[in-house]
Amino acid sequence: MKALKKLLGKTLIATACVAAAMTATADVLSDIKSRDEIRIAVPQDFPPFGSVGADLKPQGIDVDMAHYIADQMGVDLKIVPVTSANRIPYLQTSKVDLVISSLGKNPERQKAIDFSTPYAPFFLGVFGEKSVSVGELQDLSGKTVGVTRGSVEDLELEKNAPTSVNIQRFEDNNTTLTAYLTGQVNLIATGNLVATEIAKRKPARAPEAKFMLKDSPCYIGMAKGEAALQSEVNAIIAKALAEGKLNDISMKWLKAPLPAGFGV
Amino acid sequence: MLNFSDLLPYTDVFLGGLLTTIELTVLTTFLGVMVGTLCASIRQYGSKASRRVVAAYVELIRNTPFIVQLFFIFFGLPSIGFLLTPWQASIIALTINLGAYSTEIIRAGLSNIPKGQWEAAKVLGMNFRQTLMRVVFTPAFEKIYPALTSQCIIVMLGSAVLSQISVQDLTYAANLVQSRNFRAFESYVITALMYLGLAMLMRYAFSLIGKRVFAYREVR
Repeated sequence: MKALKKLLGKTLIATACVAAAMTATADVLSDIKSRDEIRIAVPQDFPPFGSVGADLKPQGIDVDMAHYIADQMGVDLKIVPVTSANRIPYLQTSKVDLVISSLGKNPERQKAIDFSTPYAPFFLGVFGEKSVSVGELQDLSGKTVGVTRGSVEDLELEKNAPTSVNIQRFEDNNTTLTAYLTGQVNLIATGNLVATEIAKRKPARAPEAKFMLKDSPCYIGMAKGEAALQSEVNAIIAKALAEGKLNDISMKWLKAPLPAGFGV
Repeated sequence: MLNFSDLLPYTDVFLGGLLTTIELTVLTTFLGVMVGTLCASIRQYGSKASRRVVAAYVELIRNTPFIVQLFFIFFGLPSIGFLLTPWQASIIALTINLGAYSTEIIRAGLSNIPKGQWEAAKVLGMNFRQTLMRVVFTPAFEKIYPALTSQCIIVMLGSAVLSQISVQDLTYAANLVQSRNFRAFESYVITALMYLGLAMLMRYAFSLIGKRVFAYREVR
């Protein structure tokens, strides 16, 4: 009987602890406010989203976004560097309040965490010289497009582009890039980060985004069921989009404006 | 585990690649041997200055990797205003390459023709052109014919590198199919067999041509 009482007592304490822990995390937003600090996970090995700058401070799209959100909330910012493998576990174990880490949305992740509205563009598309006028896949017919063999953009092109497109496939991203830089091809299908890389290396030949092949923008991740936090973050993103902050960040790090219709 | 039937949907890709490789080989073998013959003649009988120019060309090509030559022509030349299509760049690179190697091979044959042969032709009243064609080239080529055959086959096999600049040859087909269905073993086995078949076919074709050209040897 004594033992049973002891057990019951322990169970009660344990239950109370869990309940306390649950109330503590029941509303992350008010926790952030009362703590006067928001903890945000950012990548440190994935430029231009997050990397370590020459001054040894984190820099990039995600870092700028983290600062902006902390400013808007009027709280201090604590940057937590994460890798792409542990960014979601950090969120699930409440080590951070938000994950701004070039996170794409997919059904598996949606079961584990909630997402904000998109804050940064991430897409595969056809890019090219300003003088070449193409606006959609059909416009490519009769034109030559360079692409890296076996990449997702290669498969997308093959599946959707008209058969009269001359697809020139190269061995790796670097060769595709070189083919564009040397003028061997005037259009390439690639990711917007690669296009940024070209714009950095040779601003005179900075490719212009013609149209998207596959869009998977980046979202801010947060723990499931945090409605208050989610609407607050969404409101901040909407404001950033409206006042041009998102576009400024895109221009700064991606050397390109937000694609048309972004976040709408 | 092996499944060759996965390759069937790509039959056209393989055949297209095979055809491209054959076209490139036939064209550049012809052009390359022409260049080689011309350069070998210059090296053997030309003026001192022209001999130096040819020697520089031969050494430059024989002492640099083919892929570097190819990339220079395809990616390097556009910076000074020569924009070539992958096909044009391939023809030029292969011809220049085979030209350099065959120059040395053919020159070896030419240097093997004894002076007495020239003198004999002169005594018979043949002019320079006749002597070159009938008395010098035929026996010279006969001597180096096996080496020349091998060199042409080596260039055909070396054309696999052209897939790097997006020429849709046999290797390109293999790479493409492999990146689509991940049947690496099957794709490359088939491709290797096709190259083997091509090489044997080339050897056979060369021997047929040789039999006709060097028929004067046969006792009638």
